[in-house]
Formats: sequence, structure tokens, C-alpha cells
Amino acid sequence: MGAGHAHVLYRESGSPVHRLPPEVKIAAMVAFTVAVVATPREAIWAFGAYAVLVAVVAGLARVSPGWLLTRSAIELPFVLFAFALPFLGAGERVDLLGLSLSVEGLYGAWNILAKGTLGVWASLLLAATTTTRDLIVGLDRLRCPQILTQIATFMLRYLDVLVGEARRMRVARLSRGDDPRFLWQLRGFAVGVGALFLRAFERGERVYLAMLSRGYTGRMPAVWQTAGAATTAQWLIAATVPVLAGTVAATAVLLT
Amino acid sequence: METLAMHISNGIINGPVAALFAVIALAAMAYCVRRGRQDLDDRLAPMAGLVAAFIFAVQMLNFPIFTAGVSGHLLGGALAAMLVGPWVGALCIAVVLVVQALVFGDGGVAMLGLSITNMAVIAVAVGYLLIALLLRVLPRTPTGLAVTAFVAALVSVVVGAMGFVLQYWLGGTADLGGNLAGLAGTMAVFHLFIGVGEGLITAATVVTVAKVRPDLVYALRALKPAAPATVVTVGGVR
Repeated sequence: MGAGHAHVLYRESGSPVHRLPPEVKIAAMVAFTVAVVATPREAIWAFGAYAVLVAVVAGLARVSPGWLLTRSAIELPFVLFAFALPFLGAGERVDLLGLSLSVEGLYGAWNILAKGTLGVWASLLLAATTTTRDLIVGLDRLRCPQILTQIATFMLRYLDVLVGEARRMRVARLSRGDDPRFLWQLRGFAVGVGALFLRAFERGERVYLAMLSRGYTGRMPAVWQTAGAATTAQWLIAATVPVLAGTVAATAVLLT
Repeated sequence: METLAMHISNGIINGPVAALFAVIALAAMAYCVRRGRQDLDDRLAPMAGLVAAFIFAVQMLNFPIFTAGVSGHLLGGALAAMLVGPWVGALCIAVVLVVQALVFGDGGVAMLGLSITNMAVIAVAVGYLLIALLLRVLPRTPTGLAVTAFVAALVSVVVGAMGFVLQYWLGGTADLGGNLAGLAGTMAVFHLFIGVGEGLITAATVVTVAKVRPDLVYALRALKPAAPATVVTVGGVR
């Protein structure tokens, strides 16, 4: 526990992208993703343009391409699904390397691969340049209902509590002669899951009461102090990415 | 396949259908925010956070089923409905999904409406309806509670998965031809397995919590309105 205010994907740096207020980054990322999804799949050049945009932002944020690619592995199940499509798909077929593949399926696979990968890259860039605390401040400034930001704040706060309690319970089991290996560990976990929940809740409740007694009212001080909120200039800078992506998407729609 | 079902990546479902479900999800969430505000008191606020954290952690536990490409995770819809009620519960799941999409790239941002509809709206609603029904029918014993939790979790997972099949039927980007029935069958079978795992975890968690702190279980609170509030912590020194 302790000072865990950053998450695993956050890359500590002072780059221009890191310094942008979180709300403009969230808005830009969502708008960019929508533009990508709205692009017709036949416009292959457009996806190349989006990839260049992602690369430029990654360069500005000093996020290495290797890191971006390794972290994209989260997408793997979809990639497997995509590879099955050319074989499952219906309609017209083409012969490629001796395999009979469905054209529709090939386009479907390309669609999922290209849009999925670009979406994952955009999320990863946001995650790499924004701490979770900033993310919630950003959501709050974007007028996200307070009940949601409150749940999100506690969720991120309690994740560490939960992990800490799970570690303590595991150590306690080990020191009492349990020998967890692979599958047998699951049994110990299943039996202890209720106890884990309760212990984490009680610790979490104490954290909450401590926060209340120090003046917590449901929002983080950074929000109502309004320090560091985005200026018009910062909104304009961040808008360049979605505006470019929107232009590409519009051109692609017109051309196909 | 399970990650496919629940955390839909960008481009799996076409734009108009995604937009339609985004509107549905937004409307449902707006209603949940209105109803949830009345529920969220000093006891439920930390509970909602912990339920969300718990579901967040559990969704990362992926069960491999049969082969590598097919793995599944728990949803937590019934658990959330049981512990914090349907309104706050749906909000918890939605928060988990939004944070996963924004921070971990798990599930496309443009597909959030679809995921929220499946997991936060359909799964929680089905789970809570079953809980409300079964708690009235079954005896008020730990076994009755365990059965309720198990059945609600199992059914909510399978129905949530069918939500994806419906969405794929409406706007899947790749035409599977006659394979849609195959997709529905595969999804149902795999989610039956996931549902059993989810049911066991939900039952184990809910029964333990209900034994020690019955005041924390929303579904039980609704049945016994005058439950005295206890602030005493249980569990001894640590």
C-alpha cells in the first residue's frame, strides 16, 4: 500500500503530453477512437494515417514503440478471433497461398485488427501519460456525475488494499504449512475469498472514516480548487489530434 | 472468446449499432445515477468502492478453458446487485468497464456502450430480479442464500453473453453467414462454465459477508428494513 498513486502503465516523465490537463487528453482520446471506428474498412490508407498520428503523439510523450507493442498483447484474443474469420466467413472466396479464404472474412479480420489495435494504442498513450488520480479529476471536470467519480476513486484506492490483504492472507496460509502450487492455490483462494472481502472491507471502511474525519466531502480537493483546469490554449493544442483524425475519417467516407 | 464477449474491441460491431447501444447504456446509467444517489450513504460508499475494486481484480483473473484462444473472466453483476443493490451495482460495473477501457486498453472506448449494456445493465438486472425472487421463495438460511447467489450469478453471466450475440446479430462487422447459431451455442456453453465459477465465488463471498456483517448485504437489508447498524469491526487484531 502506501504511496501507490500511479498505476503499472504510467510512465513517469515531464513531456508536453504528460503536462496537458487530464480532461483534454480524455476528450481527445475518445474523439480519436470514434473517428477511427467511423472510418470505412476499405480505406486502408486512412488507418496508416492514424498510425502515424499515434506515433507522433507517442514520440512527443516519450513513450517507446517497444513498450507500446508489448502492452498491445492485451488484444490477443481478438487477434485470434480475427484470424479465424477468413475461414469462417461467408460469400465470395479467394485463393491465397493455397488456402481458400472468404473476402468478407478477410475484410472483417482487417477491420478488427486495425481498429482494435489503434484503439488499444490510444488507451495506452492516455494511461502512460496520466496518473489514475488525474484521470478521475479529469472525468469530474468533464461533468461526470459525482457518484461515479466517487466509486472510481474508492475503487482505485481499494485495489491496493485488496492486493495487500490478499498478500497477507497468503503469507498467513504459507506460514501455517499450506503449500500452494498452481491449481491447489485456487482452492485456497476460493475458500478464503469471502474472508478476503470482509477483511478488505473493514480496512477500507477505516480508510473511509479517516478520510471523512479529515474533511472529505465526496470530491477530491483538486477538483473544487479548480487549480490546473485546462485553458483554451490547451484545449486547442489537444484538439489537433482528433481534428486531424476527423479530417482523415471524413475524407475516407467521401472517397469510398 | 470470453474477452470477446465482454470486453468488445473496437471494430467488432459496426458504428450505428455501437451508437445505439451507447444511447441505451447512457440512458440506463443516468437512471441508475438518480436512483443510486438515494442509496449511497456512509456505509454504502466504501462498500461500492470495494465491490468495484473486487470486480476489477476478479475480472483480471482469466480462466483458460480448453485451449489457449478461449479464456473467460468473471463479471460480478450478481455480486454487485447482492451487496450494493441494482442501481449502485450497475454503476460499479460501469465504472470498472470505463476505467479498464481508458487506462488498460481493455475493450474499445467506442464499444463501451455495448459492454455496459451487457454487463452492467443486463447482467445486473437479471441477477437482481432473480435474487429478489429467490430470496422470497427459498428458506432464510445460509444455504438458501448460497443457492440464490449461485443461481443469480450463473444465469446473469449466460444472459449477459447472449446480449453480445444479439449485438453481433444486429451489427457484427464480419458476416459469419449461418454460423451465428454456432456463435450463440459456443458462447452459451463457455459461459455456463464461467457461470459455475462465478456462482461459486459469489456464493462464498456473499455467505461469509452475510454471516459476519448482515447489515452490509443490500439484498438482505431490503427484506429486513429495521436492521440495526453496527460499526463494530470484526476480525480481531492484525
